[in-house]
Amino acid sequence: MEYALALLVLVAVVAVVLSLPLRRRGVAERREEARVAELEAAKEAKYREIRDAELDHQMGKLSREDWRAVDSDLRGEAIEILRQLDRLEGRLPEGGGMDR
Amino acid sequence: MDPSRKRKLRLVVALTAAVLLATALIYTSFSASTEASKPSQLKPGRSYELTGEVVKGSISHRGDQLRFRVRDRDGTASVPVSYTGVVPDPFREGREVIVSGELERGTFVAERDSLVTKCPSKFTKDKQSS
Amino acid sequence: MAGVGSACLAVALLTAAYAAGASLYGARTGRREWVTSGRRAIYCIAGLCVLAFGLLEAAFLRSDFSFALVAEGSSTSTPTFYKVTALWATQDGSLLLWATLLSLFASTVLFLTRRSLRDIAPYATAVLGVIAGFFLLLMVGWENPFDTLANPPVEGAGLNPLLRHPAMMIHPPMLYTGYVGFSVPFAFAIGALVTRHTGADWIRATRRFALIAWIFLGTGIMLGALWSYTELGWGGYWAWDPVENASLMPWLVGTAFLHSIMVQEKRGMLKIWNVSLICATFTLALLGTFLVRSGILDSIHAFGASTIGVQFLVFIGLVIALSATLIISRLPHLRSEAKLDSLLSREAFFLLNNLVLVGLCLVIMWGTFFPLISEAITGTEASVGPPWFDRLVTPLALVLVLLTAIGPMLSWRRFTPAALWRVAWVPVTVAGVTLVALLTLTDAADSPASLAMFCLVALVLAAVGQELWRGTVARRTMTGEAWPRALARLTGRNRRRYGGFLVHAGIAVLFLGVAASSAFVQQRDVRARPGDTFSVDGYQVTYRKATAKLGGDRSGTGAPISLGAVLDVRGKGKHFVMRPSRNYYATTDPSLGAISRFFEGEATSEVDVRWGLRRDLWMAIRPDIGSLQGPIRVADRKFANSSTDVQAFIIAALADRYRRDPPPAAFRAIASPLVLWIWIGGGIVVLGALVAAWPSPEARLRRVRSLYSARLGQELSRA
Repeated sequence: MEYALALLVLVAVVAVVLSLPLRRRGVAERREEARVAELEAAKEAKYREIRDAELDHQMGKLSREDWRAVDSDLRGEAIEILRQLDRLEGRLPEGGGMDR
Repeated sequence: MDPSRKRKLRLVVALTAAVLLATALIYTSFSASTEASKPSQLKPGRSYELTGEVVKGSISHRGDQLRFRVRDRDGTASVPVSYTGVVPDPFREGREVIVSGELERGTFVAERDSLVTKCPSKFTKDKQSS
Repeated sequence: MAGVGSACLAVALLTAAYAAGASLYGARTGRREWVTSGRRAIYCIAGLCVLAFGLLEAAFLRSDFSFALVAEGSSTSTPTFYKVTALWATQDGSLLLWATLLSLFASTVLFLTRRSLRDIAPYATAVLGVIAGFFLLLMVGWENPFDTLANPPVEGAGLNPLLRHPAMMIHPPMLYTGYVGFSVPFAFAIGALVTRHTGADWIRATRRFALIAWIFLGTGIMLGALWSYTELGWGGYWAWDPVENASLMPWLVGTAFLHSIMVQEKRGMLKIWNVSLICATFTLALLGTFLVRSGILDSIHAFGASTIGVQFLVFIGLVIALSATLIISRLPHLRSEAKLDSLLSREAFFLLNNLVLVGLCLVIMWGTFFPLISEAITGTEASVGPPWFDRLVTPLALVLVLLTAIGPMLSWRRFTPAALWRVAWVPVTVAGVTLVALLTLTDAADSPASLAMFCLVALVLAAVGQELWRGTVARRTMTGEAWPRALARLTGRNRRRYGGFLVHAGIAVLFLGVAASSAFVQQRDVRARPGDTFSVDGYQVTYRKATAKLGGDRSGTGAPISLGAVLDVRGKGKHFVMRPSRNYYATTDPSLGAISRFFEGEATSEVDVRWGLRRDLWMAIRPDIGSLQGPIRVADRKFANSSTDVQAFIIAALADRYRRDPPPAAFRAIASPLVLWIWIGGGIVVLGALVAAWPSPEARLRRVRSLYSARLGQELSRA
């Protein structure tokens, strides 16, 4: 008896909670938003890597030439991410800038 | 060296290391292992890890020596055990124990400190008994 | 109330099924509202599990013996503190704890990632739903923690006295949080494989959770070792027991995972390896949970035959099959984006460290399952003991600590041997000086493995110290900040790097304790009468007198009788008193007499440890109550039907008789050098990992600031 009653109440509560988002329609979500978030994260990671390499160089782990090479590679990759970000956020017209 | 040969070399090195580790594992484990045995299966002249239940009313102390009988989990065959060393807290009559040693003249002489008693109450499921 | 609890679990099971179904449907059709609903379902499971957990905990606290679980694992005389923990000392209760922690962890992650990883998250939700569903199914189908008894007993059986230890209060929840924590990166890895989005996104989103899981699992293992050392009465902290190994294996593979994902994040390499590692970690976590319950391997913690072993095996099989199929079918998407620039680079050494860690795990796995393997091959069950483990694990551990030192010294992508030497000469010198000092000043050469470990530990500590030093110097020359500020800002701006280095230092300190205490421990087992003196490692220990305490043992575990000793210890310029004792707990076994049931029940050693940075003195006693057997038998007959007051009086008289005229008691004294450093090192590891896991406030601030400055620029230009 207690079990059945509790079962009913809990099922009802859960059903209400779960069906709320189903009724709230029309919040169209843009794929771009997700992509922007991903690119932002990638940008952060790349920046961190550039700073890491710089720190390594300052601490004498990377020779000047090695660091130059690594740094320019990393900066190139970072610029590519920034370009994609700008394109998504509409600051540059589609196809603008230099494509690879 | 061109990259593909380099990669092949790396693969060979990795595989060799893996094979070496595997051989070491198999060789050392089989040579260092001790056989587990029930009291009814003991044979003299080699060392065993004896498993079974402590027989009720069989525990006695003689100086530093602890004496008890171990019997098959699912049978009646039993063997006397003489043991020295630290006795685990849960050691009690009727408990399952594991002890290493050798059979000498009908008595299982255990290695020092080798007695392990299984923890009885955690997660056991014999609600019907006792 | 038991009915409500059962209903919670049943509804939670349905909700878990719905969570998986709705998220999959939403992901397939692109209907976001179903995905949202599926995510909400996970929150609901968390709510229901917490409700069920609370109900059961309440039953334990008020000692409601109509609950089978409470009658089995608790009693009115169990101290409140241990009534709370008794819940997860039972099989059914620990399953509920698993499910509760899993649903809470999953809810947190899904809440935090609700706006990111739109494509992967629905599949991760489904996977988490299935895992939660499995544990709920176990409870609903076979091991319901809310089973009731038609005829509740007046008194419960009580919590196993061995589990009455503060470490046991937190050890299982820590371990389980670690286990369930790894299910999160696993779920996202599966999501990434299904959607073929195998970049570093899923790693970035779940890296922190993997690290948190790793912290919890590691803390759980350390607490388990502490419990073993201070409660089990044998004086060691690690015995290569199957249950210990079961918790160590996922931790090792998880450690490998935490390292190799950095390579994927930075270089886009090792993708197959990473998804394989996390699948393996999660499988091992399940295996650990299974081993504890199945009773297929002999262990001190053997938990007897269980009813849910088969179900666990089926689920583990499914997880392995699903992971393997997915990985193999997605191989084309898991190609590396870059090549290893050079074998002399940090990523190459990460790979090496991974191989060592996985190798360690394989060795431990082989040894743990050897009884099954040998039975399958030769037909006889045989097992390998701790010496076998020590022999194989020691060389691997030495290599691992060496890599712990080298890793922080290297830079990513490439470096030259000359550059390495510039960084390495100081630590190598320190290690060399350590070697010479140890050889001339101590007898460390008696154990070559320990000697090697000491030098490697010095190498690690010097390497990490040098990193901090050079980084601070570099920052100071750039910014002109004062020393402490430069150090703090350096660490704060590179949390992951310096947190990681701190973890390395902690691991080195931990191994210092392990190497010293395992090779140079001194142990004495003696029988002594009051007045006798024995020596251990330069300490003169005198048995001054016997003690007998009724109700109120020293650590408050609720033992009715506690027999012990007062020992005077002199030596090494110190003089102190130790009070080891042994607690006796009454049993409800009806075959024993009214009095003897107090002496013949469970008994536990209450070890007394004199902790020290240089060495511990560890003391346990095993009183001989043989001389009391006669009087106890007599009392059993005489006072069988007396009131409890009279019986208590008799017990007090018997205990007093022991105190006044004690027979020789067996003592075990252990002097263990540097053993405390194991737990200090563990603490440093946790601290370092917390530093690495802490979100960097600067990064967040910077992002906000740059957004505003961009908007400002735009709006200004428009005006």
